[in-house]
Amino acid sequence: MLDIRGLSKSFGGVKATDNVSLDFTDGSLTAVIGPNGAGKSTFFNLITGAFRPDSGQVLLNGVDLAGKAPSDIVRHGIGRAFQVASIFPSLTVQETMLAAVCADQRRSTVLHRRFPLAETRDRAEHAMELLGLANKRHRTAATLSHGDQKLLDIALALVLDPKVLLLDEPTAGMGTEERWRMIDKVRELWETQKITVVFIEHDMDIVFKIAPRIVVLCYGRILATGTPDAIRRNEAVIEAYLGTEEHAEAVP
Amino acid sequence: MTELQAERASETLSTPRIETRSFRSRYLDVLIALIAFAVLAALPLFFGSKALLDFVIRCSAFGLFATSLNLLVGYTGMISFGHGMFFGLGAYGFGLLMQRTGVPIPVAFVATLAITAVFAAIIGAICVRLKEIYFAFVTLAFQMLIHSTILTWASLTGGDQGLRGGIPRPAFLGIDLANHVHLYITSCALLVLGLLLMRQIAQSPFGYTLRMIRDNARRTSFIGIDVWRAKLTIFVLAALFASTGGMVMALFVSGAYPEFAYWTISGEGIFINMLGGVTTFLGPTVGTVLLLVLNDTVTRFTEYHGIVLGVVILFFAIGLRKGLMDYVLEWYAQRRGGPGERG
Repeated sequence: MLDIRGLSKSFGGVKATDNVSLDFTDGSLTAVIGPNGAGKSTFFNLITGAFRPDSGQVLLNGVDLAGKAPSDIVRHGIGRAFQVASIFPSLTVQETMLAAVCADQRRSTVLHRRFPLAETRDRAEHAMELLGLANKRHRTAATLSHGDQKLLDIALALVLDPKVLLLDEPTAGMGTEERWRMIDKVRELWETQKITVVFIEHDMDIVFKIAPRIVVLCYGRILATGTPDAIRRNEAVIEAYLGTEEHAEAVP
Repeated sequence: MTELQAERASETLSTPRIETRSFRSRYLDVLIALIAFAVLAALPLFFGSKALLDFVIRCSAFGLFATSLNLLVGYTGMISFGHGMFFGLGAYGFGLLMQRTGVPIPVAFVATLAITAVFAAIIGAICVRLKEIYFAFVTLAFQMLIHSTILTWASLTGGDQGLRGGIPRPAFLGIDLANHVHLYITSCALLVLGLLLMRQIAQSPFGYTLRMIRDNARRTSFIGIDVWRAKLTIFVLAALFASTGGMVMALFVSGAYPEFAYWTISGEGIFINMLGGVTTFLGPTVGTVLLLVLNDTVTRFTEYHGIVLGVVILFFAIGLRKGLMDYVLEWYAQRRGGPGERG
């Protein structure tokens, strides 16, 4: 279980994350929504160690990971994918996967053997199959389509066998149809891999349709958490977020 | 069977090839190295020219140095402007040990590597955390520091005169480095062995960790790799090979001079890498031969060889936009109609 307690972070007086406490039970699927600048990405960055929290705890099965280095936190089982696909442009899909498994097996500093190691094969293969990248294995990451780069980014997190997977806008920059395909994939991964998934998403249709639980962030604070129905009816959310969006659409 | 299925099937069939290919390539590398060494070792039998052997010895020294720099520049994306300090350190460390302690050559060789490792670990610990341009400048600063120390600590280093009086070269294991042919064969052996070891580093899992750091250091840390440690490790390893190059140079000139530790050596290393190309393993070796040939021929015709070399580097940097070996590789890949293998 991932248990966030009192997480806070300020950037020069602006409270990007303000005393956020949340828990994510094992195997749950949660969507994080909120207007631009609500602190969604900062929240992820604090959990994964990209930023050091000013205060608060990030407890994964009781172990506090707050303030640890990203490489440490990943090893404890929190994997993440990025809003802008963060990949290795000159490596092929297969090399990327094999190297990631190497890292997870603590073999990334092995000098006396040749890459790839035989013992990394099956896991790399499995991850490529899962994300549907197996038929593009010999393509360098730079030559993949935008959608495939996002999938590769997720594959990079998934291949490490994380307990918790954080996806920062898996559908960013995609057309409607592609969005649904991606989100179906995310849901499928969540169902088959039995891992805790937390994802940031802007498309309300998607969020209300697939997420059993929604967290609404606004100005770094939790505005509401609950089921899609509860969120839809929550007055504070309607006023601060859903409402303004409708309002914004009404204004020409 | 649909096209997609067919593609999948053929991919699955071809998967085991990867293992066998890499398995074979390890021995292939050793085989190529042995052949290269045999060819080089046979040269004195066919050509009596001392100048040719001298040329190959210098190529060995600079080839080791430039290839080790490419481990940083090409493989890890760390542009060091101070890599030459380890070349100088190797030359001075080895020269001083031989002159002052009289230990056998292999002992001095290993001791110099140990000294280099200590220096590289300390300097690296300070530098590798820095971002691109700062890393370049701070490594350059350390280079200047070592160069100034050599100039001012005249009682130890001979100051601007360098280590004079020759480096004693007592015979060991039947190898007499005072003998020109023996020195030549030893240099070739060190070059070939050094290249083979660096090739192994480049093709090991660690080598792929380096490529990931070059491509995207942030992401590398997010798959659980301690980027700082990996960078420090390659910084020290590269220093060891640069130091070996320095030792070959010291043996060759039977001395050590402040120029060996001057920043221009680092500059030449970068220059060689630009000439030969950083995307292939042998690029820097080819670049070394190119630079030394250029140097030797141009200086014969004009004292303004700096201008000629400048024009050549501009041609590669702006004209080709890549090194010679990169160019050859691309041409070869195009001819085969497939994507080139990136080093």
